Amino acid sequence: MSAIVAEHDEHHDHDDHGPAKGILRWIITTNHKDIGTLYLIFALAMFFVGGVMALIIRAELFQPGLSFVEPQFFNSMTTMHALVMIFGGVMPAFVGLANWMIPLMIGAPDMALPRMNNMSFWMLVAGVVLLSSTLFMEGGAPAAGWTMYPPLVLQTGKALPFAIFSVHLLGISSIMGAINIIATIFNMRAPGMTLMRMPMFVWTWVITAFLLIAVMPVFAGAVTMLLTDKFFETSFFDAAGGGDPVLYQHIFWFFGHPEVYILILPTFGIASTIIPVFSRKPLFGYSSMVYATAAIAFLSFIVWAHHMFTVGMPLAGELYFMYSTMIIAVPTAVKVFNWTATMWKGAMTFETPMLFSISFVVLFTMGGFTGLMMAIAPSDLQYHDTYFIVAHFHYVLVPSAVFMIMAAAYYWLPKWTGNMYNEKIGQLHFWLSAVSVNILFFPQHFLGLAGMPRRIPDYAVQFTDWNMISSIGGFIFGFSQLLFLYIVVDTIRGGTGEKVTNEVWEGALQYGGGMTQGLEWTLPSPPPYHTFGEAPEVVVIEYEH
Amino acid sequence: MSTSHGYYIPHKATWPVLVTAGLLCMLAGFAGYLNGSSSGSGFMLLGFAIFIVMLAGWFTLQAGESESGTYNTQVGISFRMGMMWFIFSEVMFFAVFFGTLWYTRNLSVPWLGGEGTGAATKELLWPSFEAKWPSNGPKHLVDGKPDGGEFEAMGAFGLPLLNTLLLLSSGVTCTWAHHGLLAKNRDQLIKGLIATVTLGFLFVLCQATEYHEAYTEMGLTLGTGIYGSTFFMLTGFHGFHVCVGAIILSVVLFRSWKGHFKPENHFAFEAAAWYWHFVDVVWLGLFIFVYIM
Ligand code: HEM
Ligand SMILES: [Cu+2]
Repeated sequence: MSAIVAEHDEHHDHDDHGPAKGILRWIITTNHKDIGTLYLIFALAMFFVGGVMALIIRAELFQPGLSFVEPQFFNSMTTMHALVMIFGGVMPAFVGLANWMIPLMIGAPDMALPRMNNMSFWMLVAGVVLLSSTLFMEGGAPAAGWTMYPPLVLQTGKALPFAIFSVHLLGISSIMGAINIIATIFNMRAPGMTLMRMPMFVWTWVITAFLLIAVMPVFAGAVTMLLTDKFFETSFFDAAGGGDPVLYQHIFWFFGHPEVYILILPTFGIASTIIPVFSRKPLFGYSSMVYATAAIAFLSFIVWAHHMFTVGMPLAGELYFMYSTMIIAVPTAVKVFNWTATMWKGAMTFETPMLFSISFVVLFTMGGFTGLMMAIAPSDLQYHDTYFIVAHFHYVLVPSAVFMIMAAAYYWLPKWTGNMYNEKIGQLHFWLSAVSVNILFFPQHFLGLAGMPRRIPDYAVQFTDWNMISSIGGFIFGFSQLLFLYIVVDTIRGGTGEKVTNEVWEGALQYGGGMTQGLEWTLPSPPPYHTFGEAPEVVVIEYEH
Repeated sequence: MSTSHGYYIPHKATWPVLVTAGLLCMLAGFAGYLNGSSSGSGFMLLGFAIFIVMLAGWFTLQAGESESGTYNTQVGISFRMGMMWFIFSEVMFFAVFFGTLWYTRNLSVPWLGGEGTGAATKELLWPSFEAKWPSNGPKHLVDGKPDGGEFEAMGAFGLPLLNTLLLLSSGVTCTWAHHGLLAKNRDQLIKGLIATVTLGFLFVLCQATEYHEAYTEMGLTLGTGIYGSTFFMLTGFHGFHVCVGAIILSVVLFRSWKGHFKPENHFAFEAAAWYWHFVDVVWLGLFIFVYIM
């Protein structure tokens, strides 16, 4: 294994070490840009795999009665759709963005632990391979929901140990990725890039990384106990042996609630990066953004049982989890306020990344409000396990997390490739997505309030109309994403033919960093294979108040 | 934070993907074995072998690079941060099982016995169940009498106390070895490490004896309700970590014997020592919460 210190002597010679040739380049790479690309392409592929599963669900729910698939397979689809989207789509997409952007944003030559970086990616692939293999097994893929509650999940067929080990591998992958990000951010910043000057994307990611390290092992522990309950005679979740199935739910949600913030915090970081650039104004309330992110992360550890209001808890528990959950709305509102204030009186332009960001602010707020409704324990007795929940979390995941991942792709693709994407098609993609996502998910609020349960392949006839509308929205949304695929491929292959400048977006240099110039915009587009072998100069921007 | 100048970036990595392949093969094999497939255990062993060999290859490479002075101080800091947060993730993993012990002892078993809001549970499900700890749960009651599911709880002051002494002294010898390293006293370094590794493996031996007694004489198994589940899960995972730690320390011993490590640069030693102390602290928790209380 050859290894050369990424050390630039005066005449910048030997380290223009290009990538290895052929397919091997991608297998043994340690380069943060290569690994970022791998993660992003993998995530894109998984979005489509998970998307097909979602369309199977929506096709089945188009009308009452059993139309296309067996109930067991339907339940496999809801379970696998969630697992693939969360662990194969959104999380890897964020790690891909982190890989590409964090070293560029803080002026580091690469990630701190490049070999481990390579391993995190392949562990992810291994985990997803194990998970997908369950689709072809006797007894079908896991069908007890992504939350995998016992005792139901223990009735899974041959898939169970495979799904459990896949969780272990995915957990190892995430933990290694998170450790790498923490080491990079705390150890590799260019001089002058102090913590309170870092771009918000970097800030939100470092906080996310702490969440990952703290809760992925918890999930691993929970599924390990499922494994031993099933195969090794233990009774952790079996009342007959003195255990308790509700214990699983506590452990799961101790992981699960921070997990949903793992899915949203980097989203916040992307929005806080894009909105100032296209408003041509510095981010409003930078430090309050940092503190709000940290507060949300802290609170996410102490609210988990709002997922369990109907399960049975002492009254004091219900009250405590109700109020603590509502408190999260405060730092969240700080963020929404700051994004809006950033746009206020800005010289705004509306390129595709900005369109996605604005719709994110609006639609995420929707999801936050339904969250508040469900946080009220007595009301949640009505909402729990209905389509209202499905509507809530899809508002905070699809037009929020997924939209901002796509916004990030539009925003940085020109930097990554040196080519401009087709703005017309980009905007078409945005409008199709933004309209259809609401046709898809808004009616689910009505269905839930009227009492339609989630995770059931059939429903009472009075729910038909809204389900049909939702399914139509779903198919429009799903097929619109082919436009995104087209744009990504097209941009990589040359895009509009227009060569972009270093700065790409007018104002990106000035407003695209945190409290400094956006370092990635000082580099050529595309940036060379190795960047910042020598620490760059960090230009602090002084704002008058 | 310092400048990134001279930070070592390897240009390719062949070991990680091979390590991953080994792990995947091992886990897929294990899952197959659990499902009753005849080839499962074969794949599991094969995967394990690949995993170990590739890991060894990777660590050999790192050790060589470290000795040849490839890493500067900043790289060393990255390694230390990596190890620190890895240990933190392990802490969270153990926290799950300690939490489980707490929950079942203080909540689920008393609820089954009718405490709190559990009155109806007791009446309807197992009216003759009396909450106590240690408990193997209500399933062993037939008409209010145990059906042969009797077991003995593991006492604290036999082997477990001896094990506590073994591990605590191994922590001391480990630190003593570290002082030797810092003082360039090779003899002390090597003796200290030999003592640490020996104490570690002795601990494992004692624990194996303890488990053997539990299974053969005390009726205490993984199937012994919630007491057996938590007992073996906690002490088992801990014992596994002692094994891993002792193996890591053996490697460190081997490297020390080959003359590796300098007072100002011995990351592998430090990492192994941190890990060892972590394992030590977990044991203290176990000794108090599993054995004594
Ligand atoms: C103000 C912020 C939020 C509040 C107050 C809130 C509250 C809640 C509550 C009370 C539930 C449980 C409802 C039930 O099952 O009866 C829930 C479910 C859920 N939330 Fe949120 N939430 C918020 C933000 C978010 C965000 C940002 C995300 C993810 C990005 C998220 C993702 C989810 C998911 C995935 C579920 C459903 C889990 C399941 O049962 O499968 N939420 N939320
Ligand atoms: Cu939650």
